[in-house]
Amino acid sequence: MPRTLFDKIWDFHLVGQRADGRDLLYIDRHVLHELHAHHGFTQLEKEQRPVRRPDLTFAVQDHTVATRPGRDDNTNPSGSAFIKAMREGSHRNGIRLFDIDDPEQGISHVVAPEVGLVLPGATHAVPDSHASTVGGIGALAFGCGTTEMTHILATQAMALKRPKRMRAQLDGRLAAHVSAKDVALRLIAELGVAGGRGYAVEYAGSAIAAMPIEQRMTLCNLNIEMGGRSGFIAPDEATFAWLHGRPYAPKGALWDRALAYWRTLASDDEAEFDREVALDCSALEPQITWGTDPSQVVGISGRVPDPAVIDPGRRSAAESAFAYMGLQPGTPLAGLPINRVFIGSCTNSRVPDLEVAAAVVHGRRVAEGVTAMVVPGSSSVKRAAEEAGLDRVFRDAGFFWGESGCSMCAGGNGDRGAPGERCVSTTNRNFENRQGPKVRTHLASPATAAASAIAGRIADVRRLMAGEA
Amino acid sequence: MQPFTSHTAIAVPMLKDDINTDQIAPILHSRSLKEDYKPMLFHRARRREDGSENPDFVLNKPQFRNAGILVTGNNFGAGSSRESAVWSMTANNIRVIVAKSFADIYRENCLQNGVLPIVLVPGAADAFAARVVAVDGAAPFTVDLKTQRISGPGGADIAFDIAAADRMRLLEGLDDIGLTLKYRQEIASWEQRVAAEQPWLQMAQDNRR
Ligand code: SF4
Repeated sequence: MPRTLFDKIWDFHLVGQRADGRDLLYIDRHVLHELHAHHGFTQLEKEQRPVRRPDLTFAVQDHTVATRPGRDDNTNPSGSAFIKAMREGSHRNGIRLFDIDDPEQGISHVVAPEVGLVLPGATHAVPDSHASTVGGIGALAFGCGTTEMTHILATQAMALKRPKRMRAQLDGRLAAHVSAKDVALRLIAELGVAGGRGYAVEYAGSAIAAMPIEQRMTLCNLNIEMGGRSGFIAPDEATFAWLHGRPYAPKGALWDRALAYWRTLASDDEAEFDREVALDCSALEPQITWGTDPSQVVGISGRVPDPAVIDPGRRSAAESAFAYMGLQPGTPLAGLPINRVFIGSCTNSRVPDLEVAAAVVHGRRVAEGVTAMVVPGSSSVKRAAEEAGLDRVFRDAGFFWGESGCSMCAGGNGDRGAPGERCVSTTNRNFENRQGPKVRTHLASPATAAASAIAGRIADVRRLMAGEA
Repeated sequence: MQPFTSHTAIAVPMLKDDINTDQIAPILHSRSLKEDYKPMLFHRARRREDGSENPDFVLNKPQFRNAGILVTGNNFGAGSSRESAVWSMTANNIRVIVAKSFADIYRENCLQNGVLPIVLVPGAADAFAARVVAVDGAAPFTVDLKTQRISGPGGADIAFDIAAADRMRLLEGLDDIGLTLKYRQEIASWEQRVAAEQPWLQMAQDNRR
């Protein structure tokens, strides 16, 4: 029987079926962060249960760490208890911690693949909804809650209902200044914020094949914004080249053996999916959100939609979004004055994201009155960017250049906007109040964010780069 | 986990779609390891700009202050996986959520904490919501998991479906880890087999060390 890649990975990791009908799936790599770790450690200690596989468990400080240079545990006071509790718990349990001052600290979803912890065909879990970011290198990843995290610590398995299979076929060649972020936003707009619910989504097609690994991770990162249970891309030669030589990746003879296996990781030709969707990416222009959920998206040359053309079931949500965002139907997005730009988060904070933004910013200045920040996704990204001189480009233009972490993505570390500010952000959620009370967030790519910082308005990066704006 | 058999409480209507976990349990500026989840529930919506209570928010209305059943629309609990979005429900004794659909992770988090997530088919959902709106907190509803029925003012009992496995887990308040550890042997033999077949999965070492 022809099988999908999802089925192959799932079946390989199936330990058994529990009495309550759930599949027990073995988790190869489990990564914790400080907002949840202490709950798990405390719970297990109360129940006198050990961490089953500390050697397959990792911990990364990311959600609450400050971004200010010279930061320490207490720079963001609301995070310090969490940072310390995870540190102590990791030491007690023999778990490798990427601590606040570790040269490889960063956002867990950026760090884990970067150090080679995540492997094609492996299962991966994080107590965070964006776990499937690492699907970009062919791993099957699941976000989980705190109680599920504790369950994984104790058992190294997850008790799951088998999701259905979806394939998103993304073909065509992306135009200049259009990236995975734009593809993902368009897909979420087409399928809706619950379109992927209950599915493990395999992203495939010529647009994917041409995407660098970092962009594949951007795409898989946003899978949860359409409600997908997991999202991944079959690994290919580009994946293997990207992975080769990373510290935790297998090496020598083991690498060769792994590689031979990884090359078999693909859906069979005749394999059936429960749902298939397709998007032609060639005609895509840069995309941006106008509302308060990630499906409220238009092309950069578009306008805030007229309620009359919005699906009746979505109309009242749109109307409350207009009010929150301070927008009138029919207003063009490009040209709206902004106060803030944030480039960072597990969606768009890897080196190529920063390169794209720096190319736009180079030799230009952030517009008067705009606060612009770049927060690298990991300390390794930061170092690499500095070696390439990108930090100078940003700083010379008037950007803040921070230490790595989640920062303004969810405001968990105190970085946030002021009420009423309009912000172009490379993050993943434009929910009300996420980036600070009453902050109006427009999600877009690093290129669009950078162009908007320069223009002081929502900008079409293509026009800026063509010297038209 | 606290078992769930039946729950009698005031039902509060919050009939929007896509209510996300940032709304249910926002990340607050100051927080501690021993968080009080009770005031966290819909924290932002509950307050006006000056910090005073917003009398228009449904959970602040006198008749809904002690609501224990939440009735809502599609895709409830989308967004972040934070479990505080369920703990803030249990801290307020809300143990049943009736929705048209739930986000996957949120539903899992409910089952982990003895909160019964009920999905009604669209027709029944709308009819039930209308009854909840009509009674306006004046009388309680009872949700019985054994009989899989919702009863209360304004009409006949409403039957609901739930997967047998989820039902059993809630009814018995099963310890999830305990349930899995019955498969300790299977987990160990899986590890042994994979350590031979795909050794790179069973070890994660920094090759520089
Ligand atoms: S960057 Fe944002 S979305 Fe990503 S893990 Fe951090 S808070 Fe979550």
